Amino acid sequence: MSDHPHTHPAGPASGGFAPVPPALSQTRRAPINYLNAAYSVRSWLLTLDHKRIGLLYLIGVTFFFFVGGVAATVLRLELMTPGGDVLHSPDAYNRLFTMHGVIMIFFFLVPAIPGVLGNFLLPLMIGARDLAFPRLNLLSWYIYMFGGTAALILLIFGGIDTGWTFYAPFSTTFSNTMVLPAGIAVFITGFSSILTGLNFIVTTHTMRAPGMTWGRLPLFVWAHYATSLIMILGTPVLAIAVLLIGLERLFGIGIFDPALGGDPILFQHLFWFYSHPAVYIMLLPGMAVVNEIVPCFTRRPIFGYKFMAGALLAIAVLGFLVWGHHMFVSGQSMYAGLIFSFLTFFVAVPSAVKVFNWCATMYKGSVRFETPMLYALGFIGLFTIGGVTGLMLGSLGIDVHLHDTYFVVAHFHYIMVGGSIMAFLGGIHFWWPKISGRMYPELWGKLGALVIFVGFNLTFFPQFLLGYLGMPRRYYEYPGEFQVLNVMSTAGASILAVGYIIPLIYFIDSLRKPANAGRNPWRATGLEWQTASPPPTENFAVAPVVTTPPYNYDPAEAEQTPWNPFQPEQEPVHVG
Amino acid sequence: MSVESPAHAAAHGAVGHEPSQPHGNGHGLVAHQFEDAPQQREAALLGMWSFLATEVLFFGGLITAYVVYRWKAPVQVAVASHHLNVALGCINTCVLLVSSFLVALAVAEAHRGNARKVVQLLIGTIVLGVAFLGIKAVEWTADYHEGLIPFAANWQIPSHDLEILAQRGIDADQFGLYKLFWVLYFFMTGLHGIHVLVGLGVFAVVAALVWQRRRSKNFANLVEVTGLYWHFVDIVWVFLYPLLYLIDRHGPGH
Ligand code: HEM
Ligand SMILES: [Cu+2]
Repeated sequence: MSDHPHTHPAGPASGGFAPVPPALSQTRRAPINYLNAAYSVRSWLLTLDHKRIGLLYLIGVTFFFFVGGVAATVLRLELMTPGGDVLHSPDAYNRLFTMHGVIMIFFFLVPAIPGVLGNFLLPLMIGARDLAFPRLNLLSWYIYMFGGTAALILLIFGGIDTGWTFYAPFSTTFSNTMVLPAGIAVFITGFSSILTGLNFIVTTHTMRAPGMTWGRLPLFVWAHYATSLIMILGTPVLAIAVLLIGLERLFGIGIFDPALGGDPILFQHLFWFYSHPAVYIMLLPGMAVVNEIVPCFTRRPIFGYKFMAGALLAIAVLGFLVWGHHMFVSGQSMYAGLIFSFLTFFVAVPSAVKVFNWCATMYKGSVRFETPMLYALGFIGLFTIGGVTGLMLGSLGIDVHLHDTYFVVAHFHYIMVGGSIMAFLGGIHFWWPKISGRMYPELWGKLGALVIFVGFNLTFFPQFLLGYLGMPRRYYEYPGEFQVLNVMSTAGASILAVGYIIPLIYFIDSLRKPANAGRNPWRATGLEWQTASPPPTENFAVAPVVTTPPYNYDPAEAEQTPWNPFQPEQEPVHVG
Repeated sequence: MSVESPAHAAAHGAVGHEPSQPHGNGHGLVAHQFEDAPQQREAALLGMWSFLATEVLFFGGLITAYVVYRWKAPVQVAVASHHLNVALGCINTCVLLVSSFLVALAVAEAHRGNARKVVQLLIGTIVLGVAFLGIKAVEWTADYHEGLIPFAANWQIPSHDLEILAQRGIDADQFGLYKLFWVLYFFMTGLHGIHVLVGLGVFAVVAALVWQRRRSKNFANLVEVTGLYWHFVDIVWVFLYPLLYLIDRHGPGH
């Protein structure tokens, strides 16, 4: 694009047509936007438009989500009975849960919200034309797709049985599977994350519209900023850990294998130095979404904006200091254990600040229960359960009992699935009118949210009990007395699977309808709602100037104005 | 938050921030997403700093691993390290420091728009960079002939070192850590060497671009940003040199 500085903006006047009055042009053909600006496959695969790249990510993460989901379904089927009836071998089970974990973490959850919603919305929210480095942005998608495809091929045709954690020395010396190539795939994919983070940081610093001060940034942007810090500071450490695994595997050198003089705990330190912060890479973008949905659907400014922004940064920083809570029983020193336990309690404080402030925002507000809000409420509740159980695990004594049991599995699924995926879906619903210009069907939306909520809890709550009763994770057979709870969990998983397919169908289906959602169906504040839906390629017809604080909702106005987001093509409403 | 939307701005007679030209800023030197040259410069610099932050953690992970073993197996590491050629390492340190100095001069000249000087200085840097790699290659070859490359077929712990290790009370099953020093040494210096190599390639391209743009004088950012990278490569070596070469030089084990 930069090659043609003198071509005209995409708009009704381009292409040799005489300028048509806007009203007329809209009835004849849709205004030019980022979707209909060009149709060729090439225009998608070589696009530098952050909005299109966001959609490319949407396709990628959706694909990997369903692949990882298939693996999960088979795992749950296997666990329906105490014996090994479905997979017939513990090896196959090991490969399958590794595939599930690797795909869901590295190729779905880490890139999901930043790649899709972050890419799409960050420049819009700060009033910029694009991210600072559009080419790097496209490159990051290609790296991601390349790494993901390579990993998928390896996982299907060779298999890895180490779990997503690649613990040494099993991964370096004993496992006969494709650890090395998979490690390389993860290594490569890391660069995609780093480039995204770098791009977000630079964009937030340098590309804000006039008047968009740091104190006026939407919390969505703050959260992505915090996430990006973790991405650029954590990911390289994972890269080095994976490289060292590769070295040890290739040359039989004792970096981590104690039999060769190496130190297995060192691997865990390096791995968790990335992977604990990485859980916040997965969580903070979820918080980003909820930060936007809650004020809009309560028609009130967010409670404690500064604390909310500060909490996001605090989580990012403190998240780097607690990795040792994964190693309480791995042989790190008792004093390290004590300190990490203490610090773990610390990181829960800013997380709790977020939850309290969301509740305070809703308190006495007129809450609207459309689908995005249902997902946001789901996030808040389930994240709270996940976080509180995290504290239980973080207290040294209790963790000795619960470590490596299903309690841990339930804990992180409450946060990653109950929290982050709920937020991701909520965000897609909330911004679907902006992304596609269309509303989703609300009845189906509510139904889907309900099915997912019920299915999720039925799947994972029993796992808390299983873990407490002592069922270890990563086993494919178990004593008969655990069966009832496992059957409940498998039943829940089937419901959950249906729940995820419902939105997939109606989102695709909604594309057949006319794009008449209007620029701001939710009457939300935020720059992204001030431009057309879908936005033009350059985002704003007139470069915006910001004059008011964020979340400038007016509760009194909300009482008087009718709320009808699903009525097609409203006049843009000026809020605040 | 509220925005002066087009209609709104007109209604209030407010002067919106004028839409800059359709594809940006109307001056061809600035990419379309930026408003103006200072913004572009700020973005480029911050982008490089962020990248370097990543790199710090990348080498940081490696250096942490090294320090853990230095602390865990001080004898093996020291004995192995005695094979490194301190003189060549020292010369190489000087070579890189001088090259960094040339880059700093090149940045200053670039801001003055002096393309010829910039190109000369960059060529000087490239020559020094090649010299660095050349000296490194000499060292690596010597290591190879001593059988000190763990990835090579002729790897063997020198018998002299075996004696010293035994004298200093190291059990045979702990000799693996002696090998580990060499693994980490080649890994760290190799990774650093790759960074040098990348830097050389980048500077070759930058020099060509500077020459190409000598009339428009639009090259200061380019030189400044790549210069930052080179300083980083330099600094990494300033850490690697003492960590790897200057260990226990007065201790027993010669
Ligand atoms: C509120 C703050 C949190 C606390 C206090 C916390 C605490 C813990 C503790 C102590 C463990 C180790 C349990 C064990 O292995 O014995 C753990 C495991 C885990 N947590 Fe959290 N956590 C928190 C938030 C999160 C978040 C936000 C995520 C993800 C988005 C997450 C994902 C995980 C994962 C994936 C594991 C298990 C890793 C494995 O062993 O495979 N946690 N958590
Ligand atoms: Cu953790």
